[in-house]
Amino acid sequence: MHALTVNGVAIDDTFAEAFDMRATALVITAPSARWAMQAAVTMTGFATSVIGCGCEAGVDRVMSPRETPDGRPGVRVLTFAVSTSELQRQLQSRVGQCVLTSPGSACYAGLDTGEEKLKLGAAIRFFGDGWQIAKKLGSRRFWRVPVMDGEFVCESTAFMTKGAVGGGNLLIMGATPANTLAAAEAAVKAMHGVADAIMPFPGGIARSGSKIGSKYKSASASTNDAYCPTLKGAVDSALGPEIASVLEIVIDGLTSTAVADAMRAGLAAIVDLGPERGALRVGAGNYGGKLGRHHYHLKELLP
Amino acid sequence: MRPLTFTTRAAPTQRLDLSPLATQNLAGKTMAEIAGIELGTTRERVRAGDVFSIREGDFDSILFEGGSARFDRIGMGMTAGALHVEGEVGVQAGRAMSGGRLTIRGDAGPFAASGMKGGTLEIEGDAGERLGGPLSGETVGMSGGLVRVRGDAGPRAGDRLRRGAILIEGRAGAYAGSRMIAGTLAIAGEAGDLPGYLMDRGTILLGRGATLLSPTFGDCGEHDLVAARLLADYVAQASAKLARLFRRPLRRLAGDLAALGKGEILLPRP
Repeated sequence: MHALTVNGVAIDDTFAEAFDMRATALVITAPSARWAMQAAVTMTGFATSVIGCGCEAGVDRVMSPRETPDGRPGVRVLTFAVSTSELQRQLQSRVGQCVLTSPGSACYAGLDTGEEKLKLGAAIRFFGDGWQIAKKLGSRRFWRVPVMDGEFVCESTAFMTKGAVGGGNLLIMGATPANTLAAAEAAVKAMHGVADAIMPFPGGIARSGSKIGSKYKSASASTNDAYCPTLKGAVDSALGPEIASVLEIVIDGLTSTAVADAMRAGLAAIVDLGPERGALRVGAGNYGGKLGRHHYHLKELLP
Repeated sequence: MRPLTFTTRAAPTQRLDLSPLATQNLAGKTMAEIAGIELGTTRERVRAGDVFSIREGDFDSILFEGGSARFDRIGMGMTAGALHVEGEVGVQAGRAMSGGRLTIRGDAGPFAASGMKGGTLEIEGDAGERLGGPLSGETVGMSGGLVRVRGDAGPRAGDRLRRGAILIEGRAGAYAGSRMIAGTLAIAGEAGDLPGYLMDRGTILLGRGATLLSPTFGDCGEHDLVAARLLADYVAQASAKLARLFRRPLRRLAGDLAALGKGEILLPRP
């Protein structure tokens, strides 16, 4: 099972299996970096998994005023869904409920190109009750919706890419919960340095990895018992006696390269931290390679 | 490669229609064919070779050395490339252009940029009346592109403007932005009477106000508009002077309330 050991950390001879997704990027700005981040965090809340949330979303990066369309502090967020219609639905409801409502916010398309366009301001403008006005500048069209603190400016449409990938992952296994969390945190921090990729779970980390299916008819997924340390002696466990905690990092990227780069950065950080303070072993989740088109072999991503 | 150059031999004896000498009409023609193009507007026949000495060059970059108030419809229907005039021009410069860049180092007559859909028109001198406006029988004026006038503009600049931006760094005559459908009209100097007369939508910026503002605009107070930041960035490509005005706190007048009332006049804080 173990391919090799790097800096004392065992790396499984396995791969992460990921899927094609639809995705878009938005740039959210505000009068201050704090309020730009507040709007972004609110918009990307409850967006950990497409199964239960409709989409997966997260903050890609903080943008300086020089990088944003209106010269104010900004945050770039990425949103992923399994279909164009669902992505459109999620975009409309999340921007409408979380960005439009946030003090001083404005919202712009974050991709310059894409296979299709999604409605952004074009869907939200109706909140203006007829007082909304459009402004076309060059090839870009913006809606100005009057709100109680001034105007909500929102780009009319946003490009969507069909080349996005969701479900890249690392399973981080350690001797104690604290060490495992330290390794996962180090990995997430490194992954945040990779553009066009997000880790949608809380703080980038999931502790309740799932398997497909359940003994209960109503559930399509259930706990990944093979990786639950408290069931080591009761099930066909994937864990050795030295493992007491497992955490998972799921990665979605606008491109397959972004996912691979993020996994590579995360692996490097885990290996760099070493087994004394971090993880003893790193694995990845897959479905035998039959469901997802994208396979990321850990041994090919090692530093 | 040097531009295809038309050098004026003498002042024209009649108004000339220079629309055949736009970039898209000359591609593939020989120098003799170009010299034979009819430009006259009276019964007296005038060919390009009679008015200009023509020097071979890049067909996508045309230079007119010397201008005249009788050079009408220069750059009409341009779709791409560059056309540069070292001097003044007559009526309808850049009429119905949809792309490319037309530069006039002098004054332009009435109806410059009329029916323009895209591209850039730069007038280094003054512009005549109805800049970007529709001709008789047309319902819509300029519907895209960017116009910049370094000097002043005559009455009714931006009449029936539908889309695109008209930037005037000097003053404007009466009824600037009259009957505007949408789009952006920015005037750095003082405007004449009643700017935005019967405008439906769109934005008019008045750097130094107007000699008379219409009572049919409602004062909405002073604001720091995010949309003005976007406008400032867009305008900065052609006019740093006007971009600075968009970045000031702006008093917003909504109107014309005698028409649809979804337009605005923006007055920068002095």
